[in-house]
Amino acid sequence: MKKETWKELTIGTINLDAGNSVKNLTGTWRSGKKPQFIQDKCIQCFFCWLYCPHSAILVEGDEVKGINYDYCTGCGICSVECPPKEKAIIMVKEEVKLAEGGAE
Amino acid sequence: MAKLKDLAAMEDRLVAGHGMCIGCGIPIIFRIVLRATEDPLIIANATGCLEVCTTIFPRTSWNITWVHSAFENAAATIAGVESMYQALKKKGRIPEDKKIRFLGIGGDGGTYDIGLQALSGAVERGHDIVYICYDNNVYANTGGQRSSATPLGASATTSPEGKESPGKLQRRKDLTKILVAHNIPYVAQASPNRWQDLYKKAQKAFETEGPAFLNILCLCPTEWKYDESQGIRLAQTAIDSCVWPLYEVENGKYKINYLPKEKKPVLEWIKAQGRFRHLFKEENAWVLEEFQKQVDEDWEELHKLANL
Amino acid sequence: MSTLKTLNGNQTIAEAVRQIDPDVMAAYPITPSTAIVEAIAKFKADGLITGEFVCPESEHSAMSLCIGASSAGGRVMTATASQGLALMWEMLYIAAGLRLPIVAAIANRSLSAPINIHGDHSDTMGARDSGWIQIYSENCQEAYDNFIQAFRIGEDLKVRTPVLVGLDGFIISHSMEVIQVEDDDEVKKFVGEYKPVYPLLDTSRKMTVGPIDFTDYYFEHKRNQIEGIENAPPVIEAVGKEFGRDFGRQYGFLEEYRMDDAEICIVVMSSAAGTCKDAVDELRSDGKRIGLLKPRIYRPFAHQKIAEALKKMKAVAVLDRSSSPGAFGAPLFTDIRSALYDYEERPHIVNYVYGLGGRDIKVEHFKEVALKLEKIAETGKVEELYGYINLRE
Ligand SMILES: Cc1ncc(C[n+]2csc(CCOP(=O)(O)OP(=O)(O)O)c2C)c(N)n1
Ligand code: SF4
Ligand code: SF4
Ligand code: SF4
Ligand SMILES: [Mg+2]
Repeated sequence: MKKETWKELTIGTINLDAGNSVKNLTGTWRSGKKPQFIQDKCIQCFFCWLYCPHSAILVEGDEVKGINYDYCTGCGICSVECPPKEKAIIMVKEEVKLAEGGAE
Repeated sequence: MAKLKDLAAMEDRLVAGHGMCIGCGIPIIFRIVLRATEDPLIIANATGCLEVCTTIFPRTSWNITWVHSAFENAAATIAGVESMYQALKKKGRIPEDKKIRFLGIGGDGGTYDIGLQALSGAVERGHDIVYICYDNNVYANTGGQRSSATPLGASATTSPEGKESPGKLQRRKDLTKILVAHNIPYVAQASPNRWQDLYKKAQKAFETEGPAFLNILCLCPTEWKYDESQGIRLAQTAIDSCVWPLYEVENGKYKINYLPKEKKPVLEWIKAQGRFRHLFKEENAWVLEEFQKQVDEDWEELHKLANL
Repeated sequence: MSTLKTLNGNQTIAEAVRQIDPDVMAAYPITPSTAIVEAIAKFKADGLITGEFVCPESEHSAMSLCIGASSAGGRVMTATASQGLALMWEMLYIAAGLRLPIVAAIANRSLSAPINIHGDHSDTMGARDSGWIQIYSENCQEAYDNFIQAFRIGEDLKVRTPVLVGLDGFIISHSMEVIQVEDDDEVKKFVGEYKPVYPLLDTSRKMTVGPIDFTDYYFEHKRNQIEGIENAPPVIEAVGKEFGRDFGRQYGFLEEYRMDDAEICIVVMSSAAGTCKDAVDELRSDGKRIGLLKPRIYRPFAHQKIAEALKKMKAVAVLDRSSSPGAFGAPLFTDIRSALYDYEERPHIVNYVYGLGGRDIKVEHFKEVALKLEKIAETGKVEELYGYINLRE
């Protein structure tokens, strides 16, 4: 990314490009483990969405559809908070190959 | 009652790509809080983890109007924004019916300590603002120094445990009650694990005419030193042990919002966190006892205030 | 039509505030600027102004409020002095960094310790690197005129920089003077409508104001900030001229008093310049070729104009009403001496600190300085580069 010269910057230290941090892919921080989403166990309670610190739960329409690995840092909160006895999110080794979104 | 599905459909005001730690509790709090009003919202944020991790130029995680000026003055800064809003409305340069909400945000350092005076002044003057303290019990951004919100016995870098010390020697400051003493219309304590309670409190705060204050327990795996996947469980332990009681004070009337079925010993809260590890040494046993005693006293006092 | 009124310095500032009616005024009381704050509060109570007046719990919060209010998108002023300005110090830099055209009236007063309520320039000189434009006033009339012009200068779209207007504590703030007060409508017209730049209250545009920079952007943002004050000189001149056209009193960067054929010169700012004029008149009638140079604008510093005015002198004394312990002379002196460096033709130049904590400076003291300058001019030798006036030695 080309960095602005001092003349090109907006006066008064203002960033007008709202929400552009979505370009920072925090998923690169993940190490060791990642969540796997098991769709047919999901009761669509949205707790994973609610408690994910890095906005990494994929929601399409009004359904949780999986994990956005671009942002997921692998904290595991979603898995712990997933209510079904047989969890709809489990933590697996980073090496395990999963489809996009981690859905089974 | 709000449904999470519906909240999820709302636009994010704090978006992905921020630099807060793995398992951090701050973004969880603001996911809920920033959905509690649909009105335009302007935020003044004190220096601290939230501010630093969301605005590293040229990136920003704020999808809303946001301003930072310094560490100790989020309340004064947002009061200034609100004053201009009132002035321009009176002068007819902003339409009379244009509603904007004003939110000041600070950590416990920016609120209990260095920003206490500015907050006290702003709420005493009656600005129509909401102020939220995310209390992670420590100066997290600068690497874990004590604040007046750090609990008794916790090890922080400026109140470290050691051969001659069991960590922080003092009891936490009860900031929520200090705000209650300002006789403002709405004061509440909340925790993200009880999200509906938090959401309702934030809604009430935004709808309050005049100043409202929320003190919200904020998980910090980095400084509390616990398994980050367990954060929301840990917050549950905080309310079940009454270390962090959930209550609100509306126009002077206290109401406890959560009564644990069975009050858990504070030990459960303490043993889960590395910052208290040294308390299990024999010579520090008195701290555990004292900690429990203080929590019991506060809980009893709260019952009295709520006429339970 | 302007009217003549007998007012003290604080009252003239208050009068200008009433006429301009800024959108938000946030200020905390401190001697000797308290009366400004009280007058604004009373205007508000009497319905004479429509802007919001906020009386916060400290000067730090007063400046923080000004910053919030100014970012929100409207005209903002404050008033303070001494410890109050010192307490604002952190926020002064932030106001400048955010390019907010806040206007502050400063009833210049010394800094503790020892605590002292009287006039000197320690407070504003301590803020000289904060990025604020600094204007100093000789008397009540100038305080009034400068304060009105400050809004035009700071709010100019190329400048967008906060401005402080100094008026010497007690000597001006509390001294009655007959001044010309311009018509309310004329003052309003002169100051004009406020033009917001990136106002927070325009919520249709989402923005992040005051983010954190790492090493890759801080320097560029700072340079971008410096540009504002560097753009100020032509604006200061134009506003000063326009003020002259509208109200008959024209202003520039400097006032040169009896400098035409002068060989020695005293440089002094603010109220002391008035006394110095009397001294110069008396010395002139004794046939001495002496003049006075009074800088009005201290930041941005008119180094070229000052050097041009001084280069032909044989000896110059710069009088500072503040000290800079351990430095090579007090602030005004070091600036001026450095401005002369590039000139082959340049005077001998000495520095005197005077008037700390409100200590008097009288005609006789200026005459003593003139004697010393005469000696330097004659001998070409400087025996005392740096000294104090009216101090018990
Ligand atoms: C006047 C001033 N003093 C000290 C600091 C350094 N500082 C920045 S953030 C911070 C601690 C913030 O703690 P808290 O408010 O609890 O927020 P957290 O980092 O925990 O989110 C400190 C000490 C500062 N920026 N400004
Ligand atoms: S592990 Fe789950 S909660 Fe944590 S970042 Fe990834 S998706 Fe979010
Ligand atoms: S928490 Fe579990 S059950 Fe609930 S929506 Fe997420 S994946 Fe589905
Ligand atoms: S240090 Fe703590 S509060 Fe700060 S970002 Fe990390 S987890 Fe969050
Ligand atoms: Mg903190």
